[in-house]
Order: sequence, then structure tokens, then C-alpha cells
Amino acid sequence: MSNEEATKEQLDDQVKKLTPKDLASDQDVRWCPGCGDYSMLSQLQRTLPEIGVKKEDIAVIAGIGCSSRFPYYMSTYGFHGIHGRALAIASGLKAGHPKLSVWVSTGDGDCLSIGGNHFIHALRRNVDINVMMFNNRIYALTKGQYSPTSQHGQKTKTSPQGVIDHPFNPVLIALGAEGTFVARSMDRDPKHLKEMLLRMAQHKGTSFIDLLQNCVIFNDKAYDIYTNKETRGDNTVLLEHGKPLVFGNNRDKGIRLDGFRPQIVSLDDYSESDLLVHDEKSKELAFILGHMNDQPDFPMPLGVFLDIERPTYEEELDKHVQLAIEKEGAGDLNALLHNGATWEIEGNGK
Amino acid sequence: MATTVETADGKKTKSVQYIEVDEVTIRFAGDSGDGMQLTGNQFTSTTAQLGNDLSTFPDYPSEIRAPAGTLYGVSGFQIHFSSKAIHTPGDRFDTLVAMNPAALKVNLKLLHEGGNIIVNTDAFDAKNLKLAKYDTSPLEDNSLKGYKVFPVPITTLTTAALEDTGLSKKDMMRSKNFFALGLLYWMYNRPMDQTLEWIQQKFGKLPAVADANTKALKAGYNFGNITETFTVQYEVRPAELPAGTYRNVTGNEATALGMVAATQKAGLPGFLGSYPITPASEILQELSHQKRFNFRTFQAEDEIAGICTAIGASYGGSLAFTTTSGPGMALKTEAIGLALMVELPLVIINVQRGGPSTGLPTKTEQSDLYQAILGRNGEAPVPVIAACSPAGCFYGAFEAARLAIKYMTPVILLTDGYIANGSEPWLIPNAEDLPDISVPFATDPENFKPYVRDEHLSRPWAVPGMEGFEHRIGGLEKQHITGNVSHDPANHQFMVEMRDRKVANIANDIPDQTVFGADEGELAIVGWGGTYGAIRSAVERLQSDGKSVAHIHVKHLNPFPKNLGDMLRRYKKVLIPELNLGQLAFLLRAQYRIDTITYSKVQGLPFTPGEIEDKANEILKSI
Ligand SMILES: Cc1ncc(C[n+]2csc(CCOP(=O)(O)OP(=O)(O)O)c2C)c(N)n1
Ligand code: SF4
Repeated sequence: MSNEEATKEQLDDQVKKLTPKDLASDQDVRWCPGCGDYSMLSQLQRTLPEIGVKKEDIAVIAGIGCSSRFPYYMSTYGFHGIHGRALAIASGLKAGHPKLSVWVSTGDGDCLSIGGNHFIHALRRNVDINVMMFNNRIYALTKGQYSPTSQHGQKTKTSPQGVIDHPFNPVLIALGAEGTFVARSMDRDPKHLKEMLLRMAQHKGTSFIDLLQNCVIFNDKAYDIYTNKETRGDNTVLLEHGKPLVFGNNRDKGIRLDGFRPQIVSLDDYSESDLLVHDEKSKELAFILGHMNDQPDFPMPLGVFLDIERPTYEEELDKHVQLAIEKEGAGDLNALLHNGATWEIEGNGK
Repeated sequence: MATTVETADGKKTKSVQYIEVDEVTIRFAGDSGDGMQLTGNQFTSTTAQLGNDLSTFPDYPSEIRAPAGTLYGVSGFQIHFSSKAIHTPGDRFDTLVAMNPAALKVNLKLLHEGGNIIVNTDAFDAKNLKLAKYDTSPLEDNSLKGYKVFPVPITTLTTAALEDTGLSKKDMMRSKNFFALGLLYWMYNRPMDQTLEWIQQKFGKLPAVADANTKALKAGYNFGNITETFTVQYEVRPAELPAGTYRNVTGNEATALGMVAATQKAGLPGFLGSYPITPASEILQELSHQKRFNFRTFQAEDEIAGICTAIGASYGGSLAFTTTSGPGMALKTEAIGLALMVELPLVIINVQRGGPSTGLPTKTEQSDLYQAILGRNGEAPVPVIAACSPAGCFYGAFEAARLAIKYMTPVILLTDGYIANGSEPWLIPNAEDLPDISVPFATDPENFKPYVRDEHLSRPWAVPGMEGFEHRIGGLEKQHITGNVSHDPANHQFMVEMRDRKVANIANDIPDQTVFGADEGELAIVGWGGTYGAIRSAVERLQSDGKSVAHIHVKHLNPFPKNLGDMLRRYKKVLIPELNLGQLAFLLRAQYRIDTITYSKVQGLPFTPGEIEDKANEILKSI
């Protein structure tokens, strides 16, 4: 067995030994009973042992909000930052320390409101970080004001007559900001959630997931039609690469494209081969699907909208460092200090 | 002494008088588009090479290209050089180069009586005179009679010299600043070689431009040499400076060098997260070229991201910096609080400019001292230091980094537009002589606690990737030692006091305050930051007049040096000149309960030594 194999084996060993329990910190989890955040936490703790990264190489970074308490509950490296800035902190961490597996937990307010600018810029840079946006369509930690994803007309503490701001569609912002991995999942579907988290870990570049999360206290049942057994089938559609978009409680409906417009059709009239086949590599399709549930009666797509390759920010930055060293040699401080025009003064001074 | 000069073609001769002088101040002034900054910079590097001590002051409008000929569009560059040690770009100038009427009008008031004015007569047409709000031409109405006026048709002469280059008239005119430079090189007896070389390097890929600039430069030099207009050449001998190797640096360059030096001596990768803003942008630009030092620059989407990426990088084990100016500093405020709460090393550099709000973007001021010391929510102590000269910026950046690493804290370094853009010769240190500032990272995973403290009250630095040291930090109040989130009232008070004590204790780690002059007497002039040069020059003059005046220049502003209070009490009066309404004065009075006199100037301009001298004399008379 060569040295290299030995270390690889040792590494696998160490990593394999990790269990979800190893990833739980000694701190009491203080979310409200029934909060969707619990499901997210437990799925990340189940996913990380499978991605083949050592515990000390994992960092969880957060902003401020209920969901941003996440790092305290993980026994990895963790940083609970300030409101809206998790992505900037994570970007700096990853840019300076590329080998880490960096996870960001952020809320819809944290990420899209105060942190909106950092959000779009992180995506366009494609820093290799994993952004889990807990979207409860409300400001929970501050006790119930409307958020940028609150629905038009929604009554909250600051919108007694209903929200008049038009809501953001997180998937479309992520696509518009040139995100390379954009997905959606929800707290009430742990299996799907875990699958998505694994896909995020595998993706090189910024992976963004819009996580529909139920806040039992301030916006309970916001996603009820997508989560309860009776309505779920008719109101959601699963995106799977290479597969046609079939949905419905009896899997009797599908989505086909009429030009650029999605159309709901009955499988009584159409066969599966007439339906739109999902392609994660198509930006154009991702936009169409991202828009789809903005229209009444259309199901909410869940799954990976887009997964494409682009060089990551930290790779490119690292390349520039390596290139500079190759071209100019590793930095020599004396040479730098003496750079440019210099002159000698012989000891005529005081 | 008068000499007869023979020119290359041997035709003309004239009598030239050489005058040896100790020091000279020249002001180049013209339109923003006239290339005055370039002219000034070339004159500066040549002068530096000749071994003069020097100090420069670029002064330009915030508009990139203000309308040509207007009074507010005048761009100036001042250089003061000497055969002695000097500290400022000079109060008034001996020679003014005025490329148009507006440049003349704006600058005339600071020209010494009897000083030289070189004017580009071509620019003194009706239109430009009107733009400069002259009713009659100052060249003809006798208003300049107290000065030596040298009328030179610079535009005409430049185009004539470039006739056979095939360039358009407009392109030829671009070289007129080189003509002016050549003329000044002749007048002050400086060689052209360095600028000729620079032209080749800079315009090598545009041979026509290189050729035109070369010809214009030589034409200017020869014009001085040949014509009867100039009968005086000045000679300024090299200065007597401490032995060693020198280079010319601006404050921003020196800051960048100090940052790289600190990362090297700390043995850490460097990281700068920053967002461009005048007058701090050059630091980011400069460092983007230093990647071979394993120094990464991150041009963020705004200042908040700038500092937050730096905090992230610091968390990841880099020596991290963020650079900005006043308005950007305001945006970074919350994140500075975060850095001090999580106790990670970070250097925040504020190149101050005129405020408040967008204020005077290209002008200097010292009005962010309160902000640096007090401007955060909560009890938020941050060490603050200030650089006092262009070369001093190097040591400022290095010292800030040293304290940041040793005390696991953000540190604010204040510089200002005046020293950031100004330049001076710098005695280059040996890399080996700079102190080692490396810190051991945490070593014992068994007993690791994120907020346990060492003898400096610093917590251990453990970086993601280190096995066994996994821990959580954040902006919420934490329990002493364990770092777990804690809202316990007594613990909060304890932690607030602990953080305060940690920063206050730095007083034991900084040099005692020094004084220039006697350590007691009638008057102490106390300064901080970029006013150093003006105060020192003034105090030198006052002392040589036998006056009991000392200069105390404070570099560590939080905490203050331990001996500062006692020192100040040994003078009858304490004068504090500041480019603000008395911010240092306020802090000194609050801390030491001493009476001070504020001399405040908030005009976007630095003090001149003369102003401080006058103020000091006024006070001395009253004692
Ligand atoms: C600078 C700043 N502004 C405002 C706040 C108050 N604040 C804390 S969390 C929050 C919104 C949280 O909403 P979201 O990000 O959706 O997270 P959730 O609590 O719903 O998980 C606000 C407004 C703050 N902490 N800091
Ligand atoms: S307030 Fe809502 S989001 Fe916050 S912990 Fe409770 S249930 Fe979860």
C-alpha cells in the first residue's frame, strides 16, 4: 500500500467514524417546539458525515435570526455573525482558507433584505459555499414583522392591512445573480431535504437552497398546501434531471411547454413523452420553472433548478497567487521595500 | 556668480547666475487635464534621487475633469525640497508654474513676494481670462509687479517642437506639461535622465507619444538654456540625512508596504477586504499587485462586505485588513463591534478626508477621531493609532498589526488624505530588523476553551482546520472562558470590564510619550496624525528663536501612553492644533482634566508651520 493510499484510507476512516451525534454540540437547542429549523439541523447533521470532510474542516456561518442560531448547535467550527452579513463573512473565510467546507444558515430577512447585496454578489462570484436560506416568510426573531418573501396581502405585526410590497422570489434572484446551483426544498420532507444538502455539498461553487420552513409561532401553516398530504401532490412538482414533470395527487397531471409558457395538462389527454423534461443544465429552463408558481394554480417546483459549472472565486484567486509566485518568485520583503528608484546616502547625517 | 553658457549648437551665449539656496518650494498648477500631478511626480522622483529631503502636496479637485479654465478646476502639485531635513510641503512657494489664468488666480496668494511666476501666455486669451474672472489680463495690468514674471508661450513652443512628429495639434498639446517640466529641470539644475527613462517605460508601446513627450521635455530644457528670459539657475545641494538607502514614498504606498511587511513578519497569509473610496483606494490597488506574498485582495461590493470578508479571513487564520475613508468607516461600524466581540485580530485603516457625509472627498481633515474612539454601539474599546507622515504610515500599519495579533482585537489606524497622497524620502528598513510579530496558535486541544485568557488578557486563536479545536464564536455576549452564549447580568458586566481592561493594558506595551524640546516649560504644542510636519517645523523655528516651546506628538490615541498626563501638566499652556473642532483636546481634557487651547482649522487644507508659529507666539505673549 502506497503512502498516499494509506493516508486516504486513514482519512476515510476518520470521516466514516463521524455520526450525526458527533456533529451535535453540547448546547441546548432553543427553537420553539415544532419549529421547522429542527428538521434542517438534523438533516445537515446526517448529511455532513456522508460528504467525506473531516469535522474540523467544516465551518457553519450565520447572520442573525432564529435560523442563524444554527452554528451553536453544531460541534463544528461556527460563527454567529451580524444581521445580513453571513455571506460576506463566509466569502472571506473561504477565499482565505479554500479547503474548508463552508455552510451558511440564513433567513429570508437576513439573506434577502439586509443582506441582499451580499447575496447577489456571493452568487455572481461563485465562492464555493453552501447557502441554506430558511424561508419562513416572516421575521421571526423580531417577533412577527413581514419579510421580503411575505406574500402580498399577508397580515403581520407591521402590515395590519396586509403587505403591499411585492414579494421576492428567491429562486429567481439567485438565477438572476448568476448562481450556479439553485434548489428548493422544505422542512417537512426530510428525505428530499437531505438529498438536496448532499447535492449542495457536491457542487463546486455557491449552492443556494430556498428552504421552505414553517414558523409555528408567527407564520404557522404558511406552506400548508405544499406539505399536507391531501394537497401536497396537486400543489408541488418534483424537479428531477432527465425526467418529465408529472404531478398531482394521483400523478395524473403534467407540465408541458407551449412556446416558453408552461401549461398544466391532464395525462388523460397527453402522454409523458409530451411533457417538459427537466434539464438542470439549462439556465433558460431554470428561469421558466422559477417563474412557474408565480401564476395561480401552478404547482411549486421542488428540487434542483440549475446545477452548472463555473470556476470558483477562491480557485481563481488562488491561481493568481500561484501565478504571481511562478512569474515573480515568492515575495522577498527586502526586494519589495527596495522596489523602484532608490538612492544611497553616505553617513553625512546626524 | 555669473557664467557664460554655450549651447550645443554653439550659437548663443548668455550670462546665467547660479544661486545656491537651502530650500525651494514650487507649485505646478493648471487644469485637471494639464497633467500637473504627473509633472509634479516626475520632478519629485528626480529630486529625491539627487538626495534632497522633500515633501509634496498634491491638491486636486474632486471632479475627474472639471471644465477647462475654471477656478474650481485647478489642479496643483506642490513640492518643497531642501538640503536640510524638512517636514512639510512648505507654507508658501518660491516659484509658481501657472498653465492658465485660473491657476494663477487661485495660487497667487501663497506665492512669496518677489517669487517667480512662469505663465503659459498662450492660455491667457479672452475666454480663459473671463473663466478665471479677470477683468483685465494680469500680465498686462501691472498687478503682478511684485513678482518676477516669466511669460512663456508654452503651447506654441511645444507644438513648434513637435511639428515634424505628424501628431495632431490636439495630441501635441498634451505634451505641454513635459515642456514645463523640462524648463523647471533647467531652472533648478536637475538632470532629465530619469524622466526620459520613465517616458520610455510608460509609453514604450506608443512610440509616437513617447517621442513627443521626449521632444517636449528637451525643448523645455533647451528653452531655459538658450533664451534670454531666464538668467538665474538655482542649486539645492543634497540634504544631510542619516546614512542608508532611501526611496520616495507616499503615505498610501507606505501603508501598503507596512501591511505586507506585517504579514511576512507574522508568518501569516495576508488578506485585504475593501471597497474603493478616495483617498484610500491606492492601498487596495497597490496590494492587488502583491499576490506573490500570499496576500489576497478582495474588492467587495461595499464597505460592510469589505470588513466582513476580512473578519471571515481573520477567523480562517489570515492577517486581515480593511481600508477605507470616513463614509466607509461609518458603514463598517457594526462589524468593528463584531470583531471586538469575537476577539479576532483585524486592522482597520481610515484614510481620513473632509466630512461629514461625502464632505470634501479629495481634501484632508482629521475629524474621524471621535468616531474611531467612541463611534460604536455598546462599550466597545478599540485601540487607535495614527500615522504622522507619509513614511510614518509604514510603521503605523506594522504597529497596528502587531497589536491586533498580540491582543486579538481590531485596531484602527488613522491616516489622512494629506499624508496619504503626500510623499517624502524614506530610509528603507531592513526586513531582518523589523520585529518578529508571529503568534503561536492554540496548541492544546484537550484544555482548549475559546475565551480563556493569557497574561495579556488575550484569548487563544484557533482556526478552522485545526483538529480538536472546534468551537463557536459570535456577536452575542458570551460566558467568560467557555464562550457559550450568556445573558447573565453579572457575567456581562464582567466581560465588558474585561474587554475594556484588555485594551487599557496595551498602555504597558507601547512606548512612553516622547517630547521634542524641554520636558517642561511655557508651551507644549500637542498634535496627532498628519499635522506632525507643520507643528514640528513651527516648533523648530520657535525654539531657534529661544522660545520655551515643546512638541508632543501622540501616536497612540487609545490607550494613551502612560506618561502623557504627567507630561502635559509640566507646561503652563497646552496648544492643540487640529484639523477638526478640537477632538483630541476633548479626549485629553476628559482623561487628564487639563486645560487646553484648541487651534482648529477645517478648510480641507493642512496647517502651515507659519500659522502654528503665529498662534504659539500669540499665546506666549499672554503668559
Ligand atoms: C443591524 C440589525 N438590524 C436589525 C436587527 C434585528 N433583527 C434581527 S433578526 C431580524 C430578522 C430575522 O428574520 P429572518 O432573517 O427571516 O430570520 P428568522 O428569524 O425568521 O429565522 C431582524 C430584523 C439586527 N439584529 N441587526
Ligand atoms: S419563532 Fe418561529 S422560526 Fe423562530 S424558533 Fe420559533 S418557530 Fe422557529
